Amino acid sequence: MKKILNDPSDLVPEMMAGMVASYPQYVRLIPDTTAVVRNDKAFTEKHEPRVGVVSGGGSGHEPLHAGFVGLGMLTAAVAGQVFTSPTPDQIYEAIKAANQGRGVLLIIKNYSGDVMNFDMAKDLAGIDDIPVESIVVDDDVAVEDSLYTQGRRGVAGTVFVEKIVGAAAEAGADLKTLVQLGKDVIAQTKTIGVALHAATVPEVGHPGFELGPDEMEYGVGIHNEPGYKREKMVPSAQLAKELLGKIGDQFPGGLADKSFAVLVNGFGATPLGEQFIFANDVLHQLGEAQATAAFTKVGNYVTSLDMTGLSLTLLQLTDKHWLPYLNAPAATIGWGDTRNER
Amino acid sequence: MNVEQVKQWMQLFSAEIEKNKDYLSQLDTDIGDGDHGNNMARGVKAVEAGLAKDQPTDLAQTFKSIAMSLISKVGGASGPLYGTAFLEMAKAAKDDENDLPALLQAAAAGVAKRGGAKVGDKTMVDVWLPAAADAKQGQLNDAVIDKLVAATKPLRALKGRASYLGERSIGHLDPGAVSTGMLLKTLLQATK
Repeated sequence: MKKILNDPSDLVPEMMAGMVASYPQYVRLIPDTTAVVRNDKAFTEKHEPRVGVVSGGGSGHEPLHAGFVGLGMLTAAVAGQVFTSPTPDQIYEAIKAANQGRGVLLIIKNYSGDVMNFDMAKDLAGIDDIPVESIVVDDDVAVEDSLYTQGRRGVAGTVFVEKIVGAAAEAGADLKTLVQLGKDVIAQTKTIGVALHAATVPEVGHPGFELGPDEMEYGVGIHNEPGYKREKMVPSAQLAKELLGKIGDQFPGGLADKSFAVLVNGFGATPLGEQFIFANDVLHQLGEAQATAAFTKVGNYVTSLDMTGLSLTLLQLTDKHWLPYLNAPAATIGWGDTRNER
Repeated sequence: MNVEQVKQWMQLFSAEIEKNKDYLSQLDTDIGDGDHGNNMARGVKAVEAGLAKDQPTDLAQTFKSIAMSLISKVGGASGPLYGTAFLEMAKAAKDDENDLPALLQAAAAGVAKRGGAKVGDKTMVDVWLPAAADAKQGQLNDAVIDKLVAATKPLRALKGRASYLGERSIGHLDPGAVSTGMLLKTLLQATK
């Protein structure tokens, strides 16, 4: 294993320290935690109170979640150990730091550990009379949503949820409205991923699974969870067809005559050039299917350490407010500074 | 139950976890993500350090100290589940309740609620709920606990990470049920 590290067990605190030292205009550390809160002037100086939006989860998915803290997205984010949920005491500190007197919304990815730790933090906040609600993202259509599993996993689509809910919170929406908005967006968000090479957890030291030199895993999770099939490599256009087909099946009536936000997301070790080649194929095939791509993002948003591969997310824009929220100004490490766009 | 017995319980539980750390992680490697032994070992170490620092004088404070250590140090799903068990006992003990079956009942109900699991889902709830019921009848002993733990082996997991394995989870003990068995057996030892 070759990694740019000091001690693998210091990975998370050192990474968070580096983030806040590099981008103090966006984030600062909450003392004695590996959580960050907004540090931009619009937040630190006197302002109209808004609902706080807090997310978090295991580390290894950067820029998610701390990289989406800032104007127009998250108010605070908590980082757990690599691929391990953060603990309730830290989440609770983030809730307190994010609360401006109008309550806090938690955005949780659907893993049993995350759900329970965030729920406990919610209970702790209840003692302080801070109103806290939560929404659970479960966009990974690679696994079955059934009574017999934990349900679908939360993956790259989380970024769209954080952007839309964050923009609505910035616009002044109340907690109840944000909960409903988040649930509605999650219901229309579908993601599927593919891996060419598994991720190596630093404290483990070897890849989570082995793929042959010409093999790819369809439906992989962002923690090396196995997918639904393993096959020979195919050209980008054919991969786009497979993934669009799988996602299209999830929307009643397929893709035709629908408008989507599209996210092509690199898993950490996929060159941006390859992501654009894949994005080109996706956008072209959406056009052929009589579907509209009203919004597109390409890049590394929800990574899986050094996994090679990518995921495709489609969010059907069933509500006319969602596209303006996606385009609304934001300034974070991961989304970029879009205050001067459009 | 009194404060000294709880401290004794935690010492026994800590020794048991330390002794079986690798075994628990191996069970978890088979059907989960392989960190249960290490997570629990980190937790029980924190519990002992926390009790030494907090010096609690009543049952409620003692349980709360244990809960906060587990919540902040174990992580994953086990941290909140074990943390909830002790937090619920702290709440129940507040009303001067030191009757063991009543405390276990509160803990078991809390764990089941936190994880949303039912008996038969192949989780620690398979041990917690029946054991609490047996304690109420005055019928909780080591043999009963061992039987409850062993009964998770033929089940198919319906909750937690092991649920993604479907049929492949059959034939393995649930690691959380095994560590819960250790917790309850050391409790009986400390209070006999």
